[in-house]
Amino acid sequence: MIPELGHYALVLALALGLIQAGAPVVGARTNDSSLMQLAASTAIMQFVFVGLAFLALIACYVTSDFSVATVYENSHSTMPLIYKITSVWGNHEGSMLLWVLILSFFGALVGSFGTNLPSVLKAHVLAAQSWIACAFYLFILFTSNPFVRLSQPPFEGRDLNPILQDIGLAIHPPLLYLGYVGFSIAFSFAIAALIEGRIDAAWARWVRPWTLAAWMFLTIGIAMGSYWAYYELGWGGIWFWDPVENASLMPWLVGTALLHSAVVMEKRSALKIWTILLAILAFSLSLIGTFLVRSGVLTSVHTFANDPARGVFILAILMLFIGGGLILFAWRAPTLKQGGLFAPISREGALVFNNLFLTTACLTVFVGTLYPLALDALTGEKISVGAPFFNLTFAPLFVPLLIVMPFGPLMAWKRGDILGVAQRLFAAFGVAIVVVALTFIVEGGRSVLAPLGIGLAFFIMIGALTDIAERIGLFRVPLLATWQRAIGLPRSVWGTALAHFGIAVTLLGIVGVSTWASELIVSIKPKQTVSLSGYELAFEGLVQRTGPNYRESAARFTVREGGVPIGTMEPSKRSFAARATTTTEAALLTRGFSQLYLSLGDVNGDGSISVRLYHKPLVLLIWLGAVVMAFGAALSLSDRRLRIGIPKPATKPMMQPAE
Amino acid sequence: MTRKQRRLVLIGTSLGVLAIASALVLGALRDSIVFFNSPTDVAEKRVVPGTRMRIGGLVKPGSVERGDNLLVRFSVTDGKTDIPVHYRGIVPDLFREGQGVVAEGKLEPGGMLAADTVLAKHDERYMPREVVDALKKSGRWQEGEAKDAGSTTK
Repeated sequence: MIPELGHYALVLALALGLIQAGAPVVGARTNDSSLMQLAASTAIMQFVFVGLAFLALIACYVTSDFSVATVYENSHSTMPLIYKITSVWGNHEGSMLLWVLILSFFGALVGSFGTNLPSVLKAHVLAAQSWIACAFYLFILFTSNPFVRLSQPPFEGRDLNPILQDIGLAIHPPLLYLGYVGFSIAFSFAIAALIEGRIDAAWARWVRPWTLAAWMFLTIGIAMGSYWAYYELGWGGIWFWDPVENASLMPWLVGTALLHSAVVMEKRSALKIWTILLAILAFSLSLIGTFLVRSGVLTSVHTFANDPARGVFILAILMLFIGGGLILFAWRAPTLKQGGLFAPISREGALVFNNLFLTTACLTVFVGTLYPLALDALTGEKISVGAPFFNLTFAPLFVPLLIVMPFGPLMAWKRGDILGVAQRLFAAFGVAIVVVALTFIVEGGRSVLAPLGIGLAFFIMIGALTDIAERIGLFRVPLLATWQRAIGLPRSVWGTALAHFGIAVTLLGIVGVSTWASELIVSIKPKQTVSLSGYELAFEGLVQRTGPNYRESAARFTVREGGVPIGTMEPSKRSFAARATTTTEAALLTRGFSQLYLSLGDVNGDGSISVRLYHKPLVLLIWLGAVVMAFGAALSLSDRRLRIGIPKPATKPMMQPAE
Repeated sequence: MTRKQRRLVLIGTSLGVLAIASALVLGALRDSIVFFNSPTDVAEKRVVPGTRMRIGGLVKPGSVERGDNLLVRFSVTDGKTDIPVHYRGIVPDLFREGQGVVAEGKLEPGGMLAADTVLAKHDERYMPREVVDALKKSGRWQEGEAKDAGSTTK
């Protein structure tokens, strides 16, 4: 009964979606305000019904109703409750339902909180949002229905893939989807602006918080995915340049560009057409990501059981929205009015530089990700494009961006003074040079890139702090006045500084790990000791344990530093009977920002075990940086100007004082 | 500067950055990509020793030998041709005889692959697509398996 109710709720959501796809547009044409206002209610009700469908599916998983095909395929009665719930989206059908749940959630948010939006704009935004939703409801109902029953219900399920039986599955996909799908709002706003043929600074003011929220979730989602892969796959890698990872990186890059260009549009009403294009591209790349991951064209950790009909359906959705969006753009964009003027050396110029490099970097990732697919389809030749390609293309484009980053926020709008800015960054230069020299000496001249990378990270960090210090007049005005200025500073300024600081923290982690990581692969017998980077690990012996749905053999190690015990590590191998699979659970020991990483290999006949031991200096900074970035976004999101979002008359864009 | 000049500066810079990016991409595509071959491809194409490549197929039953210091030797087969592989390190959890595997490394003069990466499937129902295609090419693909492998899981 419950699965049928869930199915029915989803069909009702589709019906509401179809109404919302048409009525508001008609209302906007005929100036019928009741038809336009209908969209807000249907958007909220869509979310309610998709939510009911999602709850129904959760109920099927929690009660282990194996008469439902997806539950049988992906669940097991002995699994802990948390994994029963997370396995709802640990498969293709359920993850698509999560996708539309989040899509309808964003629609409902616009419907209920978009009260200060002009009614025509709101009607068009919600209609566009509903076109996307309807396409995905149809996709689910026709090709990926999670509620399909089996005619002969089995007694036991086939279990969730053991790699997914981890807390990471509870966090990573929902956050990533909040990011991916969040860009749909910016897309819908862009489509609405193109349909209306008018766009102003206020438009950017409405779009910015949505983009910022999506960007914040995407940042955390990507970082969480990277950390999950790091500890779960047992290789200790943080980023594999796997096509699926690239699929999430591309919307992030374009989304970052969009955030910055929307600032220019809001403050100076320039770059209008470009901002619209970025809004379309950011969501298009999210759709491409969904296609790559969900269609089965790629071989990866994320590809679930699949059939070709789904790939074709998603491809059709992709063509419809990307193609339709771009055609509408080509047709209507020339009618949009040109914005303000600015000199190349100015805040606007710096933001254009940011956009140029971010989108170009995204383009190289795009080529590296899709070229093997295109080559395979056209010639049948199979190649793999891995880390070397991206190190040679992405990195050289990202470094100039990082170097210029501290200059941007210090630059004045319209016409900047690059010498003046350079003078203000004097402290940052100084610290960076000292850090480069110190690292070079400590390193003993073994590597040139590492000291430069660390120096760059410090330059960005001090640069971000300089921005704040300049604005609050640190050491120039009395301390009390400084304090008052710090409190009075808009939160978005703090947000910018924090996000830039976070990038530098991540950079520091990446440089640290790629330069100073050490690795040891050995075969070891009980009571023997291995040492790496000043740590000694004594192998105490193997322990056998039983978990809820697996058996585990764990190797117990005592870790000493300079003879002093600092902890134990227990890497293990788990074997899951239901799927006849084994997983490797790495053990982590955190020391400051660094980690020891121990993963278990084969257990040999003579009682010895193979282990892989890594020392990963500063590795935690990589993800910590992402958290700092997201925190910056959250601060910026709580800024009064964005929260209230007072609509400004389109004819007279308000001049902001140069901050 | 007039509006026109400013626009020219902007377009010029954009084209410059794009040109640099294209040069980087083309250069990297020439030097850093790795071709995927089936064992028969390697034999037929007479690949020059020292080339980096990926080969995919099944781990030949009975071919796995373990040596000292985590050395593993095995053969990758597509049913027609076998390519011997040696690898030092820990093989993945699901590396088994008769199962799909992808090995990446340099081809040695004797025709042996010195692998630095060995990938096996993540899941009992999953077969790397490259391996499926390689087996299909050599005619060793049973349609009965097709359902399982079409389900590229995990």
